Amino acid sequence: MTVSTQGLQVRAGSRVFGELVELVSSMRFAIALLTVICIASVVGTVVKQHEPLNNYVNQFGPFWSDVFGRVQIYTVYSAWWFLLILAFLVISTSLCIVRSTPKILADFKAYKENIREQSLKAFPHRAENALAEAPEAAAHRIGQTLVGSGWKVKLQSRESAAGTGWMVAAKAGAANKVGYLAAHSAIVLVCIGGLLDGDLIVRAQMWFNGKTPFTGGGLIADVAPQHRLSPSNPTFRGNLLVTEGTTAGTAILSQADGVLLQDLPFSIELKKFVVEYYDTGMPKLFASDIVIHDHDTGEKKEARVEVNHPASHRGINIYQSSFDDGGSKVNLQAVPINGPTRPFEIAGTIGGSSALTNGDQKLTLEFTGLRVINVENLGSADSGTDVRAVDLRRSIEKQLGAGHKVGGEKTLRNVGPSFSYKLRDAAGQAIEYNNYMLPMDIDGARMFLLGMRETPSEPFRYLRVPVDENDSLDGFVRLRAALADPVLREVAIRRYATQAVEDGRADLVEALQQSASRALGLFAGAEAAPDMPGGMPVKGGLPAVSAFLEANVPAPERERASDVLVRILNGTLFELLQVSRERAGLPPVTMNDDTSRFMRGAVMALSDAFYYPAPMTFQLKDFEHIQASVFQVARAPGQTIVYLGCILLIVGIFAMLYVRERRVWVWLAPAGDGRSQASMALSTNRKTLEADQEFDTLKTKLLKVNP
Amino acid sequence: MNTATQTIELKRGHNGDTLQPSYLARRDVWDWVFAALVLAGAGWAFLQYDAAMNIYEKWILAGSVPSLIWLGWFWRPLRALCVVVAALSLLAIWLYQTPSGADLARADQVFLLKYFISSQSAILWMSVLFFMSTAFYWIGLLTRAGEAFESLGSRLAWTAVTLALVGTMVRWYESHQIGPDIGHIPVSNLYEVFIMFCWMTTAFYLYYEDRYRTRSMGAFSMLVVSAAVGFLLWYTVVRGAHEIQPLVPALQSWWMKVHVPANFVGYGTFAIAAMLAFAYLIKQAAGETRWYKLAPLFLLGVVLCLEPIVFRQSALEQSGSYWFIYFGVSAFIVGGILAGRRRIAEKLPSFEVLDDVMYKAIAIGFAFFTIATVLGAFWAAEAWGGYWSWDPKETWALIVWLNYAAWLHMRLMKGLRGTVAAWWALVGLAITTFAFLGVNMFLSGLHSYGEL
Repeated sequence: MTVSTQGLQVRAGSRVFGELVELVSSMRFAIALLTVICIASVVGTVVKQHEPLNNYVNQFGPFWSDVFGRVQIYTVYSAWWFLLILAFLVISTSLCIVRSTPKILADFKAYKENIREQSLKAFPHRAENALAEAPEAAAHRIGQTLVGSGWKVKLQSRESAAGTGWMVAAKAGAANKVGYLAAHSAIVLVCIGGLLDGDLIVRAQMWFNGKTPFTGGGLIADVAPQHRLSPSNPTFRGNLLVTEGTTAGTAILSQADGVLLQDLPFSIELKKFVVEYYDTGMPKLFASDIVIHDHDTGEKKEARVEVNHPASHRGINIYQSSFDDGGSKVNLQAVPINGPTRPFEIAGTIGGSSALTNGDQKLTLEFTGLRVINVENLGSADSGTDVRAVDLRRSIEKQLGAGHKVGGEKTLRNVGPSFSYKLRDAAGQAIEYNNYMLPMDIDGARMFLLGMRETPSEPFRYLRVPVDENDSLDGFVRLRAALADPVLREVAIRRYATQAVEDGRADLVEALQQSASRALGLFAGAEAAPDMPGGMPVKGGLPAVSAFLEANVPAPERERASDVLVRILNGTLFELLQVSRERAGLPPVTMNDDTSRFMRGAVMALSDAFYYPAPMTFQLKDFEHIQASVFQVARAPGQTIVYLGCILLIVGIFAMLYVRERRVWVWLAPAGDGRSQASMALSTNRKTLEADQEFDTLKTKLLKVNP
Repeated sequence: MNTATQTIELKRGHNGDTLQPSYLARRDVWDWVFAALVLAGAGWAFLQYDAAMNIYEKWILAGSVPSLIWLGWFWRPLRALCVVVAALSLLAIWLYQTPSGADLARADQVFLLKYFISSQSAILWMSVLFFMSTAFYWIGLLTRAGEAFESLGSRLAWTAVTLALVGTMVRWYESHQIGPDIGHIPVSNLYEVFIMFCWMTTAFYLYYEDRYRTRSMGAFSMLVVSAAVGFLLWYTVVRGAHEIQPLVPALQSWWMKVHVPANFVGYGTFAIAAMLAFAYLIKQAAGETRWYKLAPLFLLGVVLCLEPIVFRQSALEQSGSYWFIYFGVSAFIVGGILAGRRRIAEKLPSFEVLDDVMYKAIAIGFAFFTIATVLGAFWAAEAWGGYWSWDPKETWALIVWLNYAAWLHMRLMKGLRGTVAAWWALVGLAITTFAFLGVNMFLSGLHSYGEL
């Protein structure tokens, strides 16, 4: 073993210095450093990095979050101590190379042909045999065999009293040591390249050049020069947001306490941001069509930046990093759901907001998002089979065949644009809404989906509103308004009662009118219903009807009573629909499949609408989609060094692991009479079974030992 | 040296004998036939799909020819494997054809496709065969007349590898039939890479079995493959993970085609090394009767089996019974192994062989893991804008790499062997499994290809 794990021995200097150098350049020091790097890296993956400070306070409490912050646990990989360890690793590995290189070079040339005959007995792999050849002939035969198999061979003749003896010294696998050098220099190169590309240089400019992070807001052009880095900054990594149709040339480098602005030597104009989808709704392509305007030469260069296909200009790479809404313009129609709002239109841009007043109620409408394409699974759940049934054959067959199908059939369809907004009340509480622009087919009926949720962590809950004969919300809105109007309710109740009683018996009409009035009053929330069992107040809708039945009808008759009451309610609501149409100057509808489907949906929607938390909802009338593309721009001069290091590393590792360095010596002592006595030894730096096998081959081929 | 000496450096002579015949002289007829077949296959693929490939893919195709030939020459059973896999895959593709082009509906109509060589059927067979193979290896290890069972186990393992590869090939073809822009080589999600893990690990094990002329390591090596198959089945049946999905933009890169397989050479061989380390420790504990000495081994064994779910609450809640059975079976197996340690120890190969295979497996795994990590860095430079961004997956890959680097250093420089090396290799697998699965489950990052 020629490469030791001990550190470098320095002769000059004091003893302490010498011991320090020995420690730093030893393998045990390097391994200790690597262990610390491992632990720090694990911490860095477990504690989320670069989060806002508040999150850490929530997670660890005020005391520990402060302690962790001081030792830079939230930015482990750029913490000073982490970089210091890396620097030590570079020094340690460099010293290790410095220490080993002279020995390796010396080894490289040496055949060690001067080895004493006696020394051969000390090797674990050794063999002896008597040969029927003269030493010189045997030496040449053995030498040639080894040379023919790629060994390097030296022969030495030694005169002695018994005659001339011959020593064959051969070596192979010198690449192993080259591999050692390559792999270890690779570590140094990778670390140095990585440190160059890290944020050290940006931080150096903050320390020595007086640059400070910017914390304010406003226009980029107004930011003072002490927050800006020069276009000739050799290494940086920043983000650049460009809206369609505009140009930007200043990247933003996030720092722990603000941002630095990096002026680029060019500007990027975004012509168009392209997103394509597969049928499944998964994204297929993100691409930005850009024009690069060079500030110095005035050159204009068109390019397309895609994920996995960056563009490059003046040594700066431009990557597609993400995308955003660039302030799409939307036109909305307010539609009253609860309460007497009059319809109105409102225009806005995504990211902006608008104040609404409704009497003494003040609301802020925040335009939060626009999605142009929504692919939803509209397939019905597996029906017709009992999921509890154990059908082995069927369940196995489900797994057989081609890989394009799964158990439940999916029907994926693009259901068109959706729009989300928040309504924030005076107290600052916001509820988030998500409405689809177009109605969609759900269980055979066309419905508008109006979604809402109180916190971002829960999924949207949808109010399903059926469309009228014009595929719009108007029919429902009229019906909802009529339900809230006591006069119209009264008209509908009267009409229903007179029409339902065929021969016009006044007492029956009177009784039915009373029942209908009760049912509709409960449903409309005009008549107080008893609280639900859990103490929940009932606002109206079907829950009110059911709560009333629960409180007033004994259990055995409840089902029959509920049937009757619901039939009356449906009939009255149908009349209410007719009344609402009459008032709007529309012809009455006839009872057919479409109408009954509408009524079924409308009854459910009216019932659910009581729990819709806003007086109105907003419908997307039209929009202009404007996107913004987020680019990452980076200048990484260390990349070439790192890549060179990587290649060296791979080459080095293969050479170290798969080239066995070995030396073989054969001493041929004269035994008189044209015969010789051969003793052979093999030295190898890897004690593997291959070494044993190779030694067996050498024995049979060179020394003619029968296996 | 006081005797007169004279030294000459020997140059190559004319009629020098050699230690063994030269590399090309050692090729037999079948080697050349195999090379010709590979060349012809690649040439045909090139002519057929020239237009559909970009320059990188052409280079990959060109590079795969010498690699495949070298592999077949290096270990001859691979020649037969390649030819059989190619033949069966082509048969499947041929069966998919209708007068109006390929039709995936044929997978439900043609007997051979439906029950054997459509992708899902082949993979289901693969799963069954891996379980059977493991069982036979264990019967072989535990019974007197074990040889026959072990040889059967070996054959089953070969068949399973064949079917796994056929399944992969056919899946690749099927993906292209779903839509023109959907097709891709099946190494893109957790389901597909698990299949790769299964066949890659088994192939490496079979190589060592052949080289060291012993089948008694199979019982342990195949155990880890069976565990992977168990996970694969759960993933298929409960999660429907086998559906072919198109590639999201981040994965549309030819780097993926080399980065992922290189990684799985690493994962597979590290797994083999750990299982042999386990065998090593069992053999060492053969005479041990004190329970507290055996307890750590039992615990680590069970934890390794359970690692996919050990921290995962939702997996337990959603399909509790499956995982409880899984837990029971793995605890039973590890307990059984410990109970029968004396008998197992007799049959296991010598400490030297176990140690040597452990080293070989870690060495090849480490080399390929290095390649995979470097390729990953090259890819990240193109896709994410930086070759290293301390993404959790990257960081854990570094930790795995450093761990095995330290193992190799200790072994090669300090001659570390035996118990410590074995324990370390077992712990190494725990770290590797966390890097492979755990990171995707518990830590957020850019490597989100396999949500569980």
